[in-house]
Amino acid sequence: MPDEMLHLFNTLLERHKGTPGALLPILHDIQERLGYVPDAAVPEIAHALNLSLAEVRGVISFYHDFRTAPPARHILRLCRAESCKSRGAEQLAAQLRERLQLDDHGSSADGNISLRPVYCLGACACSPALELDGRVHARLSAERLDALLDACQRDAP
Amino acid sequence: MTLLSLPCDSVARAVGAEEVAVALITKSWDHNFALELQRTSSRGLYWLEPLLEADTPAGRIGFGPMTAADVPSVLDALLKDPSAHPLALGLVEELPYLKTQQRLLFARAGITRPLSLYDYHAHGGFEGLKRSIALGGEQTATVVFDSGLRGRGGAAFPAGIKWRTVRETQATRKYIVCNADEGDSGTFADRMLMEGDPFLLIEGMAIAGLCVGASYGYIYVRSEYPDAVATLRQALNMARAAGYLGFDVCGTGQSFDLEVRVGAGAYICGEETALLDSLEGKRGIVRAKPPIPAIQGLFGQPTLVHNVLTLASVPLILDKGAQYYRDYGMGRSLGTMPFQLAGNVHRGGLVERAFGLTLRELVEGYGGGTASGRPLKAAQVGGPLGAWVPPSQFDTPLDYEAFAAIGAMLGHGGVVVADDTLDMARMARFAMQFCAEESCGKCTPCRIGSTRGVEVIDHLLAAPDQSARDQQVIILKDLCDTLQYGSLCALGGMTSYPVASALKHFPADFGLQAPEAEQ
Repeated sequence: MPDEMLHLFNTLLERHKGTPGALLPILHDIQERLGYVPDAAVPEIAHALNLSLAEVRGVISFYHDFRTAPPARHILRLCRAESCKSRGAEQLAAQLRERLQLDDHGSSADGNISLRPVYCLGACACSPALELDGRVHARLSAERLDALLDACQRDAP
Repeated sequence: MTLLSLPCDSVARAVGAEEVAVALITKSWDHNFALELQRTSSRGLYWLEPLLEADTPAGRIGFGPMTAADVPSVLDALLKDPSAHPLALGLVEELPYLKTQQRLLFARAGITRPLSLYDYHAHGGFEGLKRSIALGGEQTATVVFDSGLRGRGGAAFPAGIKWRTVRETQATRKYIVCNADEGDSGTFADRMLMEGDPFLLIEGMAIAGLCVGASYGYIYVRSEYPDAVATLRQALNMARAAGYLGFDVCGTGQSFDLEVRVGAGAYICGEETALLDSLEGKRGIVRAKPPIPAIQGLFGQPTLVHNVLTLASVPLILDKGAQYYRDYGMGRSLGTMPFQLAGNVHRGGLVERAFGLTLRELVEGYGGGTASGRPLKAAQVGGPLGAWVPPSQFDTPLDYEAFAAIGAMLGHGGVVVADDTLDMARMARFAMQFCAEESCGKCTPCRIGSTRGVEVIDHLLAAPDQSARDQQVIILKDLCDTLQYGSLCALGGMTSYPVASALKHFPADFGLQAPEAEQ
């Protein structure tokens, strides 16, 4: 493990020392800094919180948000809940699959874009909606989705 | 100098409010137009977002839905004749959609700046806390009990009973937990409130903390609402600096502080006991009750768990009194409810009204029918675990008991409208699939029943003849019963609602004739 990573883990674990129920805040902090929770973090966290490796891994795998591998440059989360479905979210999902040749949870081979379903962004009065790199876009149409994808592909690596 | 207001609400921004804000600044230079732009919360009139408002002597006039391209002509109109602009809406508070509402909880929506303590005070903020401190804990609990306030999450349990239980349970440490993870699709009132009026939630939690003797509280917010998290964190710092939180809350000598915790995409954590496990740093697994959280909750201590809207109702009840609140509503559903109109609806948005208006008034009156203009097929009331209600039942009053009587539920007040193109068999399958994906796995009906449910619906849709279909319908109904009565919590227990209601009211979507489904 690189020294910088170990240093980061130690800093974050020190910061949450004494915080009751610190595991989720620690995982969020690591993911925010690194983009994912590396496997190397697991024994460090387990040791600091006096948990078993299995308990820490169990928590990481339970929650949809935590990633165990580096993310793509762009993360596109299309809302697939009822309100967005009633305004054509399934057609948009098909458009994504078709254009990117990926399934609903797929990531492009060049590491440029990852697709994830999400169940409600709270934009239901302006459905359909998606979140691209943390920003919500609502009242989507096929054209707007294409324009967002064009922008992502322009800065492909 | 003209004062303009534009929402900073995340959904207003998702439909272009930032672009409008930038255009306002640059175009005002071109036009030599002296303006001040303030970013307020959203009125909740989402079909008009981005909604730009300008102060005039008669009140605020509105323009919407705005785009950046409309900015020059709107600035021109403001200098000459505002009413002449095609996007002009006139006085915003005179719009029938807003004027006919009874906004108690959302009284400040669209008016104040979310992170201004000054605005909050100027619009009645902290009056409830003041009154509650004057009354003392015992009296405060009595006022909450007398108001008839019920949990706004779904179970509709009387809030006052919970408050008394936590207050009377002896412990060295007690907690207040705000469940801001009820991410039911079709609902956005929690998000609007946390982004738009964060001090109201903080005030409600402080009142609860002082009343029951809790010294610490958590607001557990779903990760899909990052703007709400950021706003609440800033608001907590401001409230702490102003003396509303900390070691000595408003000079009472009582200590109470709050912390925001962020969920991680697990729907089940909207269930209160799974949420408590998650706060403790574990997998969000549902706990068997008893013990109830009010006696043994977070870290084994007495814990008052309420959702956002319940806690946010408290300041007003303390300020205006229990009777004022009871005067709204019907039967045992007292007060107001922020209904959320979403999906395929012409005018989607937030409608806060006393309980008792009918679903038809909401969907057809406020909503104006479907956005697509196609025939209305159904509305799902109460989130993803709510029943699909056909138009023939739209005259049901929006009241907890009236909805229970038709085999539906009011839940969180979300209403998703669908036109005739939405296939209810697909939606029933989706409900089972969603349950399978989000089940915590603790109880068998939910863990296994949901996966079997997806398979049974697939078999039913692929069945070659009537007798095969009939057989699958029997299995599906049986499975719904098992889920409803055998699950540990509402996720498994209520997944049967959208499935059974779709099957009952829309048999044709399953390839069935009506009589089979009625049996």
